[in-house]
Amino acid sequence: MSEKTYFNPEDLKKFGNISEFQPEMAKKFFAWYGEVFKEGALTEREKALIALAVAHSEQCPYCIDAYSTACLEKGADEEQMMEAVHVAAAIKSGAALVNSTQMMNHVKKLTM
Amino acid sequence: MAIKQRTKSLKARNSELADTFVQLNVLNGKDRVDEKFPSFNKKVADLGFVPFQPTKMEIFQMNVGKMCNQTCAHCHVDAGPDRKEIMTKETMEQCLEVLAKGDFHTVDLTGGAPEMNPHFRWFVEECSKLGLQIIDRCNLTIIVANKKYHDLPEFFAKHKVQVVSSLPYFSASRTDKQRGDGVFEDSIKALKMLNAVGYGVANSGLELNLVYNPTGAFLPGNQASLEQEFKRQLQRKYDIVFNQLYAITNLPISRFLEYLLDSGNYEDYMEKLVNAFNPATVQSVMCRNTISVGWDGFLYDCDFNQMLDLKVAAPKSQHISDFDAKALNDRTIILNQHCYGCTAGAGSSCGGEVV
Repeated sequence: MSEKTYFNPEDLKKFGNISEFQPEMAKKFFAWYGEVFKEGALTEREKALIALAVAHSEQCPYCIDAYSTACLEKGADEEQMMEAVHVAAAIKSGAALVNSTQMMNHVKKLTM
Repeated sequence: MAIKQRTKSLKARNSELADTFVQLNVLNGKDRVDEKFPSFNKKVADLGFVPFQPTKMEIFQMNVGKMCNQTCAHCHVDAGPDRKEIMTKETMEQCLEVLAKGDFHTVDLTGGAPEMNPHFRWFVEECSKLGLQIIDRCNLTIIVANKKYHDLPEFFAKHKVQVVSSLPYFSASRTDKQRGDGVFEDSIKALKMLNAVGYGVANSGLELNLVYNPTGAFLPGNQASLEQEFKRQLQRKYDIVFNQLYAITNLPISRFLEYLLDSGNYEDYMEKLVNAFNPATVQSVMCRNTISVGWDGFLYDCDFNQMLDLKVAAPKSQHISDFDAKALNDRTIILNQHCYGCTAGAGSSCGGEVV
């Protein structure tokens, strides 16, 4: 028996059930969501890789499971998937570091 | 380079899954069919396909032997170098008698590695004389496995054989995990040899189609999109061209079933297949226009039923020596839980998606 934790991978299958508490908004959300991931100017594979990267920066375990599978299904390989996660990590860490210019500005203003 | 085999056949390892009853028991375990996974037979019956019958037999698929130079981790045939079952020339002659009657437009040769059957070339020549479209399901590496196979591309070209080859991915790591270390490198060499005689080249009249099947417990994505990516990557990295990509779903039988059970993915994979059931695929599944002949001459609705030893439901025409086209066209196709693999998403057949 699996250990009980706050995140239960099985709950991903219940995503559609959010309509139970608010059907109209859920209906609109899922219609829009489905449209977003259709092949367009970007391929389905490219969109899945972007989603995988964002899932990591958002640290959403449901999304990580969902888009790891989606990337495999759309034909991405492990190397491409890890590169996508590195892009997310680079932006995340870059976002932290670039704000240090603010810190530097402030420190320089206050110090002799 | 020599291929490093990933495993031995289930049969050589004396695995209980070598017994088709055990496989069917897994697929039909009471807790699964009645409670968790709905019966495929009932699903199809609910759509009004009662009885489920062929449209018209057009494709004559022959498994000419289980012998293969590879032991792929997902093989539904449980083929490999340790399998010695090979179709005899006598059985092939009986097949030719049936084919000569003109009911079939295509003969589809599979294995194992069909080219390892000692009568393979003779049989192709005879089919060529009959004017049949010939398909060879070639694993690619056989072409470079031994000097005696090096001229296969020229032989195929001479008889306008359509070559259908498995290449699960355009990189070595994913391909070799499924098919054995060294397979990707040899496959690329073989594809270059096929390209060199015109296979896959525009307007050559020589058709080279690749088969993509997922290297794990997931379903294939959109076939057209995968084809586009395979074409781009194979051209860019290796200057290789081909015609079409067939995206094929792995059915939960034989060594792929073993993988699913051993990796703890069986239940989730079946759930994926069941949830992806697409009613629109049912009328186009391949068992409706194909008859499958086993290495020993017995007849089946498809290659998967063959591997589960589910012979055609035509009691007086279960062997090629008793081939009766009317009885076979009037038969009811045998369905089971593995059939969910052919109806998931855009469907799956030996020619890829069906809708």
